[in-house]
Amino acid sequence: MKITAAAHAHKPLSLSDPDGFKYLLITLTLAIIGLFLVLPLATVLTEAFAKGWLTYRDSLTHPDTLAAIRLTLLTALITVPLTTMFGVCAAWAIARFEFSGKNVLLTLIDLPFSVSPVIAGLIYVLVFGAQGWFGTWLSDHDIKIIFAVPGIILATLFVTFPFVARELIPLLQEIGHEEEEAALSLGAGSWKMFFKITLPNIKWGLLYGVLLCNARAMGEFGAVSVVSGHIRGLTNTLPLHVEVTYNEYDFVGSFAGASLLAGLAVVTLVIKTFLEWRQAQDLKSARVASE
Amino acid sequence: MKLITLAKTVILIVALSVSFQVIADRTLLNVSYDPTREFYQEYNKAFIKDWKEKTGEDVQIQQSHGGAGKQARAVIDGLEADVLTLALSYDIDQIAAKTGKLDKSWQKRLPNNSAPYTSTIVFLVRKGNPKGVTDWTDLVKEGVAVITPNPKTSGGARYNYLAAWAFAEKKYGNKEAAKDFVKKLYKNVPILDSGARGSTTTFVQRGIGDVLLAWENEAFLAVNQLGPDQFDIIVPQTSILAETPVTVLDKVAEKSGTRDLAEAYLNHLYSPVGQKLAAKYYYRPFKPEFADPKDLARFPKLERVSVDEIFGGWEKAQATHFADGGTFDEIYAPQ
Repeated sequence: MKITAAAHAHKPLSLSDPDGFKYLLITLTLAIIGLFLVLPLATVLTEAFAKGWLTYRDSLTHPDTLAAIRLTLLTALITVPLTTMFGVCAAWAIARFEFSGKNVLLTLIDLPFSVSPVIAGLIYVLVFGAQGWFGTWLSDHDIKIIFAVPGIILATLFVTFPFVARELIPLLQEIGHEEEEAALSLGAGSWKMFFKITLPNIKWGLLYGVLLCNARAMGEFGAVSVVSGHIRGLTNTLPLHVEVTYNEYDFVGSFAGASLLAGLAVVTLVIKTFLEWRQAQDLKSARVASE
Repeated sequence: MKLITLAKTVILIVALSVSFQVIADRTLLNVSYDPTREFYQEYNKAFIKDWKEKTGEDVQIQQSHGGAGKQARAVIDGLEADVLTLALSYDIDQIAAKTGKLDKSWQKRLPNNSAPYTSTIVFLVRKGNPKGVTDWTDLVKEGVAVITPNPKTSGGARYNYLAAWAFAEKKYGNKEAAKDFVKKLYKNVPILDSGARGSTTTFVQRGIGDVLLAWENEAFLAVNQLGPDQFDIIVPQTSILAETPVTVLDKVAEKSGTRDLAEAYLNHLYSPVGQKLAAKYYYRPFKPEFADPKDLARFPKLERVSVDEIFGGWEKAQATHFADGGTFDEIYAPQ
């Protein structure tokens, strides 16, 4: 296998690609990416700075914007650790143990990927809203969930649920459990085994999942929009704030907020590439070691 | 270790944000509809200043905006508004009926059916009026694209629909002809946004459509904010009297101890300051004598028919036209 692949790679280009098909494809891909990704991103920045740096700065330091940034950070700070813990537990259970209903559990973990975020928001309104199942009880005890921060966090949890678990399950399966068994047979307890053996093995994949989860938690619009109530300075997250300011003809404010989200995307992308590279390195060295 | 530090940070932040809410000044949540954004931004500042001068107390006003029907739905689902400033009385009636958080007779509590300002529906067209639109009959012509939001979720959209119907029923003399007219009109509607502001953005920003059926104040605002050289306002001979009522949501205000503040907030709308600001933001004030005559001069003269007069009140209009299986569902087919 390896030999044929190498031979293939060294074949002269003119034989494998007589019509310059390669260049056509590359040009096409670049054009599409430029048109649909780079151009809009550039528009965001142009619009954000349309009235100069000072207006941009004022938009970002407006109390409503700051409140939106704070709420977005708070949401991520609460949801990401929770989904991470859940993801590790779920992935561990699924990759390491056999039990009945495992496939059902796998399907349930994937549910948020297949459900529209709007539904994710609406189910919480139906459960916790004033007309919902727990509505009367909640209002009797003066507990606010919907149209307040807890609702936003719940909705975000729902949509970010699968990220870490989905990342770890195949990774744990690929790594196998020989090293873990060795540790156990040498007398390590389950916790010690997890922290000394498993965690170091999955750390890049775990970070990768956390990163994607964080990007989604900060960027989620649909589910959060349904449960937010859109109270300025209180229940608007950054993505909602972008919409509100856009609707108020405050285009600089809107695109300034959007530029922050775009910046988040770029940072995410860079870290993601790095993590993918590290993970591939680790897997490769693990394979070499096992051979 | 790291986990513990993280947990501590989270607890600290949650505790901080909770304690902030405890020590903060009294706040009032005003749940309103789409086009009132700019008006209430300035009015809130004026009210906060006035209240501080009168009582020495610092207060905060929070705003929430969206399509009127959607906002009413949120209040029914538990959004804790102290005051409602919505587009039409039907939505507040619904809140009263479904939640019991305010009395059914709420509309009698303040003057002018609890509407400190009123509005109407006009046409916004592209500069120079290239399609030659002058009255309602031009909207059903072939090749004229009309932008209006979805009457199921938007108060303004319901006024748009009823204004067209009222015009046709008066002109042709019977309901069948009116239905036919409205059906033809909605054939010309390529997009139904969920709220008035969404429709304005569709028309103004995205450049879709020839005519926008808009709140009068929304039309003026769009022209002013986005360029008088791009749009013209066309005023039909007859349109609808849009009564946009305000009220205190009693149970919420009592629970949060803001009743006095909420009442003062709404009464202030009827004061010279409130009336003047309403006219400034293109709402027709209940007491024009308090408004700046220059602001009043901007309102064109037109005949405004009321929902009560033509449709026998909102309850009936809603049941006949906008309920599931109502006339709107019969005449509108998405394209």
